[in-house]
Amino acid sequence: MSDLPASLSTALGLVAGLDAKLLDIVALSLSVSLSAVLLSAVLALPLGALLAVGRFAGRRTLTVIANGFMGLPAVVVGLLVYLLLSRAGPLGPLGLLFTPTAMVIAQAILVAPLLVALTRQTVEDAWREYQEQLHSLGATTHQATATLLWDTRYSLFTVMLAGFGRAISEVGAVMIVGGNIDGVTRVMTTTIALETSKGDLPLALALGLILVALVLAINALAYVTGAWAQRRLG
Amino acid sequence: MTKGNAQKEVPLGCAPKEVPAGDPRGTNILHRFLLSALACLTLAIGPVRAADSFITVASTTSTEQSGLFGYLLPLFEKPSGIQVRVVALGTGQALDLARRGDADVVFVHDPAAEEKFMAEGNGVKRQEVMYNDFVLIGPKDDPAKVAGGKDISVALKKIEASKLAFVSRGDKSGTHAAELRLWKAAGIDLDASKGSWYRDTGSGMGPALNTAASMNAYILADRGTWLNFKNRQSLAIVVEGDKRLFNQYGVILVNPAKHPHVKQAAGQQFIDWILSETGQKAIADYKIGGEQLFFPNAKR
Repeated sequence: MSDLPASLSTALGLVAGLDAKLLDIVALSLSVSLSAVLLSAVLALPLGALLAVGRFAGRRTLTVIANGFMGLPAVVVGLLVYLLLSRAGPLGPLGLLFTPTAMVIAQAILVAPLLVALTRQTVEDAWREYQEQLHSLGATTHQATATLLWDTRYSLFTVMLAGFGRAISEVGAVMIVGGNIDGVTRVMTTTIALETSKGDLPLALALGLILVALVLAINALAYVTGAWAQRRLG
Repeated sequence: MTKGNAQKEVPLGCAPKEVPAGDPRGTNILHRFLLSALACLTLAIGPVRAADSFITVASTTSTEQSGLFGYLLPLFEKPSGIQVRVVALGTGQALDLARRGDADVVFVHDPAAEEKFMAEGNGVKRQEVMYNDFVLIGPKDDPAKVAGGKDISVALKKIEASKLAFVSRGDKSGTHAAELRLWKAAGIDLDASKGSWYRDTGSGMGPALNTAASMNAYILADRGTWLNFKNRQSLAIVVEGDKRLFNQYGVILVNPAKHPHVKQAAGQQFIDWILSETGQKAIADYKIGGEQLFFPNAKR
């Protein structure tokens, strides 16, 4: 394909030129997806841990649901959130449709099953190891959950990176609830979709290369920070 | 980049709160989670670039992807201080969006669907803004032998008779509606003769053109999107100039009586501007490669 070298040079040109519009789009992509993952994690991590440690009715059902919904199509989540936030929908009066907040909500829902399922697995493995110890200390379920979450924090960080990867790469949900409005809700993936629509395939691919490079850079940074923290803090 | 980093670091501050190390007040965990969630949501709302006033315009992919809005809107936004947020969809979808009250203004190109929208009481008034035309696009080697013709019906009949690949938008857009009207006008019952030659793609103008380009198919396109389309490969205009290929754009303010939150004053200001001499001249001034894309025809 002769388009690939052209895309590479376009990508390098865009990055080298520090295109202001591109920077805005990149910043919005990052802030939306990071906010979504953190918002989701606040609820999903404890829930995942509770599924691993707790013994309550419906635990298995919830586990299966979380596992299954890891494959939730982004466009379905987008549609659902659209119907909720639309003026004709139950949350319409909030006027959140076509705002970055709507995109955060959609992506948070999208990554929640992934975070719950992977957290449950991680914490369950740790629980098997420490169960007797925690029981002998007389820890309640809540205390055990909190302790295990803290103990597995480095693994959970990787779980959150997986969630971030899912969030920043999806286009179906943000396209519907954000509307791909220039300068307001246009993110990397919707820009790529738009440029593909215009038939400007080299530019679309160039933006794709930048997105991939960004995600790689963030993961590398997270890896290095994690390794450093693990060495320093144990 | 600096902006991205700054926004990245702030939300990370939420992270430690969610994993309190052996918090003795175990029962308070949920409470603290909810607080952090709230804090994070507030941060999430942060990136909304607040504009003093803005309107949401549901419009078509042709106005956006032809680059018209990119040229036109700043000319309105700067003097008026009103930001115009365009959601570009097919005409059918844009009208549906407005029916749900999710837009202040619609700017679309399917007069029949617009009249229906008005008849349902969804709009205040429908006004004509500009026109351009549809063109029949096809492979340069032209297996249907329709190139240079001025009669769209004859061309469609030839394509249908030899069952040559034809790509349809199939997305209830203005262009899709026009295509269906043209088949009917050519006396072809599409439901009966639809076969593997007729590729219903259910996609926007650009994606449909990409599909047509890769399979050397015929396709009906609006001229604006075609002129701004870069991945033409071996496609070219084969039929143009038939008066049935006329493509009228209309603008409608969504009815505030039905949807009280509609920004009536700002929306009307935008409509007044686009119908004014200044707005109409701006439309006429938009050119690609010296070729005018849209022709203003507001009635004043």
